[in-house]
Amino acid sequence: MIETALIVETVVKAVIALAVVAGMGAFATFIERKILAFMQRRLGPMHVGPYGLLQLAADGIKLFTKEDIIPQNVVKPIFVIAPVIASASAFVAIAAVPYFPEFTVFGYTIHPIISDINVGLLFIMGAASVGMYGPLLAGLSSHNKWSLLGGARAVIQLLSFEVVSGLSILAPIMMIGSLSLIDMNDYQIGGVANWLIWKQPLAFVLFAIAGFAETNRTPFDLIEFEAEIVSGYATEYSGMRWGLFFIGEYANMITISVLVSIIFLGGYNDIWFIPGAIAMLIKVSLWIFLFLWVRAAWPHVRPDQLMWVCWKVLMPLALINVLITGIVLV
Amino acid sequence: MELRGFKNRNVSPGYIFFEGEPKPLTSWERFKRFSSRAVKGELFVGLWIVLREMIRFDIHTVQYPMEKLRMGPRYRAIHKLLRLFESGHERCIGCGLCEKICISNCIKMDTKVDEKSRKLVTQYSINFGRCIFCGYCAEVCPELAIVHGSSYEHASEQRASFGLKEDMLTPLDKFKANKQKEFPGFGALSKDADKFVKKTPLAY
Repeated sequence: MIETALIVETVVKAVIALAVVAGMGAFATFIERKILAFMQRRLGPMHVGPYGLLQLAADGIKLFTKEDIIPQNVVKPIFVIAPVIASASAFVAIAAVPYFPEFTVFGYTIHPIISDINVGLLFIMGAASVGMYGPLLAGLSSHNKWSLLGGARAVIQLLSFEVVSGLSILAPIMMIGSLSLIDMNDYQIGGVANWLIWKQPLAFVLFAIAGFAETNRTPFDLIEFEAEIVSGYATEYSGMRWGLFFIGEYANMITISVLVSIIFLGGYNDIWFIPGAIAMLIKVSLWIFLFLWVRAAWPHVRPDQLMWVCWKVLMPLALINVLITGIVLV
Repeated sequence: MELRGFKNRNVSPGYIFFEGEPKPLTSWERFKRFSSRAVKGELFVGLWIVLREMIRFDIHTVQYPMEKLRMGPRYRAIHKLLRLFESGHERCIGCGLCEKICISNCIKMDTKVDEKSRKLVTQYSINFGRCIFCGYCAEVCPELAIVHGSSYEHASEQRASFGLKEDMLTPLDKFKANKQKEFPGFGALSKDADKFVKKTPLAY
């Protein structure tokens, strides 16, 4: 009986998380267009619905009804499966993310996490890294120079930032002694002064930079940078296959925002009078805004600059941070 | 007047020559350059500028089908053939200057001598598929008969639209309602042109 309840609860939570994250991802595209427009003194989408709100629906209809073009000479099975890998791995990663504090409905306590596994953080990082296979396989199978370059850049990027994100997150893990995100959240109970960002500011900055690289956001958006390689790995894609890549990207953005909020910014603990769930929403929204803000303001880096900064600057800093944390803990 | 001062084109007293910043030689200098660039905070200046523009909310968008920009008198769009204000006759005297000067050969006109032994323009057409809107025809016209209008929305179903004499000539009913506007002349300024005069931004 308990088993059945657990299965039903998990399935329901998975469906809700999938729907909400996919919907938030779609809504983030609208918010992104609006905020970028405001920062560039434009209005953004205005004509479809009030203030362009229904632009989402219009885009969705357009993506679903577009012709699904599979060009000549592509490796068809890989070409077809690559966008699915990109978005599926992004959604797999959210399985171990706790979004809100646990709450009780009709005498039934709900933990808003699909599966509280004890290696949660490792699982999320692993699943998000698997997502890089999407761009890589798309680039390799597309039979297009720009796609190939985009795929090659995806590998460069993965090799560069994955080391930094892993090492930078190591120091907080050493302090907390657990890979579960719920333990990380519980470590910071008791107000703003207990946030990990004050104890690990360097790890916070490094992880934020690596997060920008992991989600292909602007300073590191070199795998799909229009001015250099048309659209990178997505050049040959159209319709919903193209859309799947971007749902995956925005789901990754949300995941990274939640991760940063939980690991460094106090998670879903209450701040003064603000309840934890609202605090979490505010933090995640601010992080999404930061992603868009940075996109409006900053140019992007070259691949060699990315490798340079990751291997020669960020990785030594992360190692030093781990070393100092170890000395302090001992 | 001495021209020698102008002949030296390379050096002018106000110019500041920038040789580029000195290359760091030792690794200590390179480290200093790296740290000064890293800590300069220029990235945050960029962030502040876009955020300031967002807060200021000074939007420059013209929502086109609902709002339209006013065209200045110099704007060269679809041509118009005007009438004489006194009599309502066509101004065009059939001299053929516009046909001659048209560099894309798109103006064609037919004339005949009418019963009062005056020249009458029977056909006048502009092939807007070839017209490059250079404005020579309006500039050369001695009677201010062919002028440029300001209607820039010329999408149509046929190539011949807008280009025949009856399309361009001011209709009589519109003329009688005093709606024909005088062409202020080729290269005329808009009425509020003084408002837009600014000092050259020398600070740049």
